[in-house]
Amino acid sequence: MAENRNALKLVLAWGFVGIPLAWGVIETCLNAMKLFQ
Amino acid sequence: MAALAFLDRERTIAAPGYSRWLIPPAALCVHLCIGQAYAFSVFNLPMTKLLGISQPGPGDWKLTELGWIFSLGIFFLGLSAALLGRWVEESGPRRAMFTAALCWSGGFLLSAIGVYAHTLWLIYLGYGVLGGFGLGIGYISPVSTLIKWFPDRPGMATGMAIMGFGGGAFIASPLSVWLMRQFSTATHVGVAETFIVLGLVYFCFMMVGAAIVRIPAPGWQPEGFVPPAQSTGLITTENVFVYDALKTPQFWLIWWVLCLNVTAGIGVLGQASAMSQEMFPGRVTPVAAAGFVGLMSLFNMGGRFFWASVSDYIGRKNTYFVFFALGTVLYAVVPHSGAIGSVALFVACYAVIFSMYGGGFSTVPAYLRDMFGTRYVGAIHGMLLTAWSMAGIFGPVLVNYIRAYNVSHGVAKAQAYNVTMYVMAVLLVIGFICNAFVRAVNARYYMKRQTADALAAPAEGG
Repeated sequence: MAENRNALKLVLAWGFVGIPLAWGVIETCLNAMKLFQ
Repeated sequence: MAALAFLDRERTIAAPGYSRWLIPPAALCVHLCIGQAYAFSVFNLPMTKLLGISQPGPGDWKLTELGWIFSLGIFFLGLSAALLGRWVEESGPRRAMFTAALCWSGGFLLSAIGVYAHTLWLIYLGYGVLGGFGLGIGYISPVSTLIKWFPDRPGMATGMAIMGFGGGAFIASPLSVWLMRQFSTATHVGVAETFIVLGLVYFCFMMVGAAIVRIPAPGWQPEGFVPPAQSTGLITTENVFVYDALKTPQFWLIWWVLCLNVTAGIGVLGQASAMSQEMFPGRVTPVAAAGFVGLMSLFNMGGRFFWASVSDYIGRKNTYFVFFALGTVLYAVVPHSGAIGSVALFVACYAVIFSMYGGGFSTVPAYLRDMFGTRYVGAIHGMLLTAWSMAGIFGPVLVNYIRAYNVSHGVAKAQAYNVTMYVMAVLLVIGFICNAFVRAVNARYYMKRQTADALAAPAEGG
């Protein structure tokens, strides 16, 4: 039970920072692609 | 003040079973927010048209005046990190993160008033001074906490947080542009509203980090990790008091190591777009140059995690040897890439250079921890960040001055950066020498065991 709660906390915490960061990285990658067009 | 008791250091001691992998996201909550600083330039152009709306009108601010906002922010980052490092270390990460959130979001809100009232000094005071304090406190606050949770992988742990500082601009830049578009009308530029929204969002985001963060209980060690019983090589098991660290030659050698590594990167970073277009006229368009800058930012961010993690295996000193040796070779190769017209070689060289620029920032906290111990590493790191402030002035001035000198003496724009590259290579050679002189700290600087325990007791135990 405690292990499940820990795993959920980890998913929530990493998702909280990971999702916006991934969005920012994707936006920057799309911008960077212009170098090769 | 009882309402603020949850900020106390003793209230942040982790309960048994707390996962240390929750600490990197807590650190990222802060670093992703303060990393916005790298994207502040997206406001520059709109802020020159607050009165004229479609174009700068009479009384509108000039770009040169606006440039001071970012410079002040970086200056106060270094100053606050140096002045408040010890307070951050002794007050605990939660109080420090809370203070950073107040300063950082307060800076945005004060700047919003400055935009409404069209009063530039309020923005200097808001984003520059108050925000700068938020930057400094926020930057150093999670570092020593991460090092204490990851004694087995300190480089990787701090690399994750400091990677967030590089990545914050990736989020802030498109978000700010989108917000300004939402708030803009035919008669109004939506900068102030964007500042308010960013200030509030960043406060909430940073407070999540402050809520999650914990310090390990006294004596806690990761499973299966056996701390070394005595100092080996450059890695000490002792602690050096923050102000005693300043008396050691090691601190100043590492100060120069960081300063020179940053100087070599930061000057070129600001000129990356113009440089790529001028070295390859007609081949690299302004749109492609913007893509080049984006790509370099990705390598800057990725390098922060990659190199700091690598340093856990090859050692900090060797990692900086790689930065300086490889950087020297690459800077010397860049003019050749221009001469043979190879954009691919140019991009490849700079990709590695910028990864090492980012790596320099993220590897240094673990380097300090190796040399001076974990007790005051955050405060010592704060002092060391003055090297960043110094490099922030030296680097751009050096690059701009040498380029302007060459152009005014008839050198073609395509070759105007060649001397700059060779100067950067020389700086890296000097950095290599400084790094070579780093030896283990003399035992007379170590804190006495009783003193260290007495200082640690109220901080860690209650």
